[in-house]
Order: sequence, then C-alpha cells, then structure tokens
Amino acid sequence: MNVECPLTTNTGTVVRLGHGSGGVMSQQLLRECVFPHFDNAWTKQEHDGARIPMPKGQVVFTTDSFVITPLFFPGGDIGKLAVYGTVNDLAMCGARPEYLSCSLILEEGLPFATLDRVIESMARAASETGVQFVTGDTKVVERGKGDGLYINTAGIGTMACPDAIEPRQIRPGDRIILSGDIGRHGVAVMAKREGLCFDSPLQSDCAPLHGAVRSLLDAGITPHCLRDLTRGGLATALVELAETARKEILVHEADIPVGDAVQGACEMLGLDPLYVANEGRFIAFIRPEEVDRALSILSRDPVGSGSRIIGKVGEGDCHQVILRNSLGCERLLYRLPGEQLPRIC
Amino acid sequence: MRYLHEYRQRESIEKIQTEISRITTRPWTIMEVCGGQTHAIVKYGLETFLPEQVELVHGPGCPVCVTPLGIIDRAISIAARRGVIFCSFGDMLRVPGSERDLLAVKAVGGDIRIVYSPLDAVALAEDNPDREVVFFAIGFETTAPANAMAAYLARKKGLRNFSLLVSHFLVPPAIEAICSTTDNRVQGFLAAGHVCAVMGYEQYPPLARRHRVPIVVTGFEPLDILEGVLMCLSQLEQGSCRVENQYARAVDRRGNAPAQEMVKQVFEIADQHWRGVGHIGHSGLRLNPGFADFDAEKRFAPPHTPRMDDSGCISGQIMRGLKKPCDCPHFGRRCRPEQPLGAPMVSSEGACAAYYRYNRQVTTDER
Repeated sequence: MNVECPLTTNTGTVVRLGHGSGGVMSQQLLRECVFPHFDNAWTKQEHDGARIPMPKGQVVFTTDSFVITPLFFPGGDIGKLAVYGTVNDLAMCGARPEYLSCSLILEEGLPFATLDRVIESMARAASETGVQFVTGDTKVVERGKGDGLYINTAGIGTMACPDAIEPRQIRPGDRIILSGDIGRHGVAVMAKREGLCFDSPLQSDCAPLHGAVRSLLDAGITPHCLRDLTRGGLATALVELAETARKEILVHEADIPVGDAVQGACEMLGLDPLYVANEGRFIAFIRPEEVDRALSILSRDPVGSGSRIIGKVGEGDCHQVILRNSLGCERLLYRLPGEQLPRIC
Repeated sequence: MRYLHEYRQRESIEKIQTEISRITTRPWTIMEVCGGQTHAIVKYGLETFLPEQVELVHGPGCPVCVTPLGIIDRAISIAARRGVIFCSFGDMLRVPGSERDLLAVKAVGGDIRIVYSPLDAVALAEDNPDREVVFFAIGFETTAPANAMAAYLARKKGLRNFSLLVSHFLVPPAIEAICSTTDNRVQGFLAAGHVCAVMGYEQYPPLARRHRVPIVVTGFEPLDILEGVLMCLSQLEQGSCRVENQYARAVDRRGNAPAQEMVKQVFEIADQHWRGVGHIGHSGLRLNPGFADFDAEKRFAPPHTPRMDDSGCISGQIMRGLKKPCDCPHFGRRCRPEQPLGAPMVSSEGACAAYYRYNRQVTTDER
C-alpha cells in the first residue's frame, strides 16, 4: 500500500506538540497518517484496547522499545526493526506471531515525510510477517527531548509447539547452531552514523526469524532454546544463556562466520565482532541427533542460509562460555562493562 | 581475509614455536612496548607458545594509561563548560579523573562527542561557529600527524572556535627511561610497529648500543609477535644488540616523511609526565608557538590542581615491566572495568583490561 500522509498539506510539514494533545490534531494525525497503514477490524473500532480472539493453550507476550540513530540505515529502518524485533522475540519463544501494539513517541519537528516512511515500513513488515497492529498510542515530546522518533511494540503470539523453548531446557551435549555471519547490523549502523566508508557496501542483517523457526518446528524439531542476537552480540547472548541455564558452553571461534567488511571495520576500530549488534541472526540449541537435519532445514531458509554449528553445551555446571581460538587457546567470554568504544591508534 | 588470516594460522605459529624452543637456552625477559601488542598476546594466548624461560612484560605503550591525572581533570573541567563541544577518542571517556570521568560529565549534560578522526572535530567547529570545539589530542607518534593536521587545517580555515588539549608522548625516550632505571629487568624490546611506520626506526640503533639491548620493530598479529620474539631471542642468545625490522610490510627505516613534517610544523618536543611512570625529559609534544592560539590550556585556563594519584593502582610498575596485572592486590577485586582504579583497566590497550578480559581462568577440565 502506498498512502501518503495528507497532513503535510493541511497543517504544515512537521509534527507539532498539538499532535500529542489528544484533541483534534491528534485525531487527525491518527486518521490520516497511521490508520490508513494499519487498516483492520481492530483499528477501525478506535477504542482504548483491542478485543482479540484467543486460542486454547498458551500465548506468549513480549515487548521491546526501539531507539536508533539514524532512523534509516543500509538494509533497514526503525519501523522495520520495531516489527521484526518483537516478531523475533515471539519466535524465539516458539510462538507464532499474531498481534502487535504500536506506541509512537514523536519529537516536535519530526517531518511528516519521515513519519510516513517509517509507518509505511512498519505496515510492510507486519504484512510480510503476518501480524496485525491492533492497538497503539501516540505522544509528542518537545523538540530536543527525543531523537526524532521512538517506537515501542508489544506482541502476542500463540505457542506453535507443545514444549517450552527456553534457557532452562538447555541440556549437556546440545549443539549450538548460529544462523549466519555476525556483526553486520552494528557495523552498518555505525558506518552510516559516523560517515565511515567501505569498499563494499554493508547492509544490516535486519530480518524476521519466525519463518526459519517455523520450518524447524514443522519438521518436528523442537530446539531446547532459541535466542536472537541483538545488542551485545553473540558473546553476550551466550553468556546470558550459560548463566540462566547454569550450563557450560564451548564455542570455536574459527566456526563463527564474520564477513570481510565487518572484520575489516572491527580490526580498524578495535571492536570485537563477537560483541557487535545483530538484528537478524539467532542461535539454536539442538539435540545432537537432530542437528544435521536442523542444519539442512535452516540452510534452505533465506535467513538461515549461512547456518553453522559453532559449539556445544558441556557437561560442567560452571556456567561459563569458553571460546577456543584458531590457535587452540581458550579464553572465557564475559559481558562487556558498557558500550564498546573505538580505540585510539 | 588477506593480511589477517595468514598471520593467525596455527601451523605457522607452531613452526615459530619450535624454533623458539630450539634456540632458547636460558631465562630472558622481553618487553612488548605497545598496548595493542599486549592485547594480541593475551587474547591469543601467545605466552602458551613460549618456553617457561621466556617472560613477556608489558610496556608503557597505551596512550590512555599514561595520560596524566592532571590533564584528565583539566579535560573534565573544560568539557563541563557551557558552550563547549568536547571531542575525544572513545577510549578516553571512561578513564577516571580525581573525582569523575568524562562519561559522568556527559551524563549530566556536558556536550561530549566521540570522534573517529581529529578532522571530524575540525568539521564540527566549522558547523558550529557559535560554540567552542575542543579536541582532546592524546597519543603517541601514531596519532600525532592527524592531530597536527587538525591544528594545521583549523589555522588554514581561520577557525577561531577550535582548540586542542594536548597530551602527546614519544616512545624512544620511554624505552631509554626504562633501560636507565637501576631495577630494570627488560633485556630486549619489541618496538611498536605502528609508531615506527610513522617515525621510522633510525632513532633506535644508538639506544640499542648504549643499553646493549636488541630492539625488534614488530607488528601486531600473533605470527608477527612470535616472530619478533624469535628475532629478539636469537640476538639475546648470540649476545648481539642490533635493531631489526620484523614488520617490513608496513615499516621502513625512515618512516613516513610527510607525516613527520606535519608533526614538526605544529608541535615541538617537551618534557612529559607519564601517569604511573613519572617525569621523562623530552618525551612529549606540545603545540609550538606558531599554534599557541589553538592551545585549549591557554584559551580556557583550566585549574591546575595538583592531585596525588593515590588510588592504589600499580600501573607504573606494570608498565616498567616490574609486575604483571595479576600481581596487583586490587586486580579483579576493587579494580574492574566497570569501576577501575586506574587507566590500564579501562583502555582497549591497557594491560590490566587485557588480563581481565582474556586471561581469567578457565575452570573446567571438560572439553
């Protein structure tokens, strides 16, 4: 759908504080900029909440907030992230994503053209992933008190398998599959934000992961645990899981794919790709007897075509992540104390 | 990836390991000067490829670590001023001053920007003519040319709202100082390849002769470092003290002449205080009189409050090769990356940060 926001001609070209007042301008903003993109039975009701049908069994409920500069980056934008991020969180719990909410926090002065691009991107991503936006909210903050646009989405999904997929299900001997090369989102966004140039253009890996998970479940493979790699990267995800599951995790650095552009940027800036953000990669903990079949299924999915086994769960209960490097030496992975900062020379 | 993977291969490393074991007949202590080399050594576990008799100690080549407390306090004082945009390399933001760090100033409203190049700070000054833009120009000979270029360009563009807070260090005088101490343990040096890529290595032969130490200009990849160690050990075993260049793919004897010329145009040699190490004559750079107008110390006159660096940090002994990070009673206890007592625990080139991040014990037998 290509709906251009008509407010640009009616009330100027930018968001004003009045658009968050709850009055006429707010209503106009919703009716002319938001609802046309999120057109369904629930938004038509224009009620305080959405009454949605629930199947028997369990549902999964999650929420995520999206703050990113720049709003548009190679391979994605904040709107796409806001849909895929929540869809991916549902998928990682083994749920089929069904419904989303959308809360927009707009900064006074945001061009309607920007808002329109973002909402259109959200609508496209929702349609692609088969989810419906059923409720939402809009607020406007004074100029200088926001970063253009913040988005929160919450999501509800229905469990697509009878067994829980969660850290506590992780078992010794599980193989760990990584769905593709790491670090592309973090480096692409940093390059765009800081004006860094590379010989080959680098795109964010931003992608929905529910399809790949669904393929596994449909084939009768229920991973013990799934985790999408977001901020903090692969290393942080592994450390979190080792601690929650109270299990030891062993990974081989040589088996972790890192593209040349990401590797080159990280070498230059002194960053560790293991800690760089991703938005379309996940790890799956799979029973050893199912791992070959899981790899073959994931390899056929567009987001899993680069899937590799990167390690396994050990017998020990020391809940550490041990990385063996290409020279055969081992070290422990930890959470970073804060942000990764580029080095000096 | 070219220029990376071929220097990280186990087979090549093992060949060097075999040769090192073959030629080593007695204990030797070798210092790698640069923090980047220290990190590679600890990250890749390179000491496990060396015989027990060979000890690597970690030098003062971490720019963040040696920047004196006083100048960090002055940076914090300038950065906290209204109207100032304070630009810094990211690594400096977490270094503790007497009372707080630059990140704490940012958190309460200071306009502090991480830049990737000093020229980004010049561009910020052009884009913000009503703001004072200050660049925290720190580092060794590696960052000096680009920092000099920033001052040179700012003068050429007639920017009156741009200045530099300078804290620059020179490596050869530090090696000289380490060799001259009575308790020196270092018998050979791996010189920092990137410093030599800029400056060449013609300064080193007199130093090597005077103190009878072999100096090997060395790169940063695992294979580079072990090859540098092998070349250094080979000289030590033969009793020679020459300067050799392991990093010939990046370094030649004379270095980068245009970069040296830029440094000469903007800076002059000055005495310098190295945090933890102390005063070393002629070991720093400051803006020369032609660029005095761009000196942030003169423009803002931040208070010089002498403070004792009494945190308990033993970085000076570590950077002179007398101790290792794990010899410090505070390492990993009172001093951790999220609450550092000293800069070496913060910097991506600091020895303590390297040990904390890469060298803690793997506590299991199962693989």
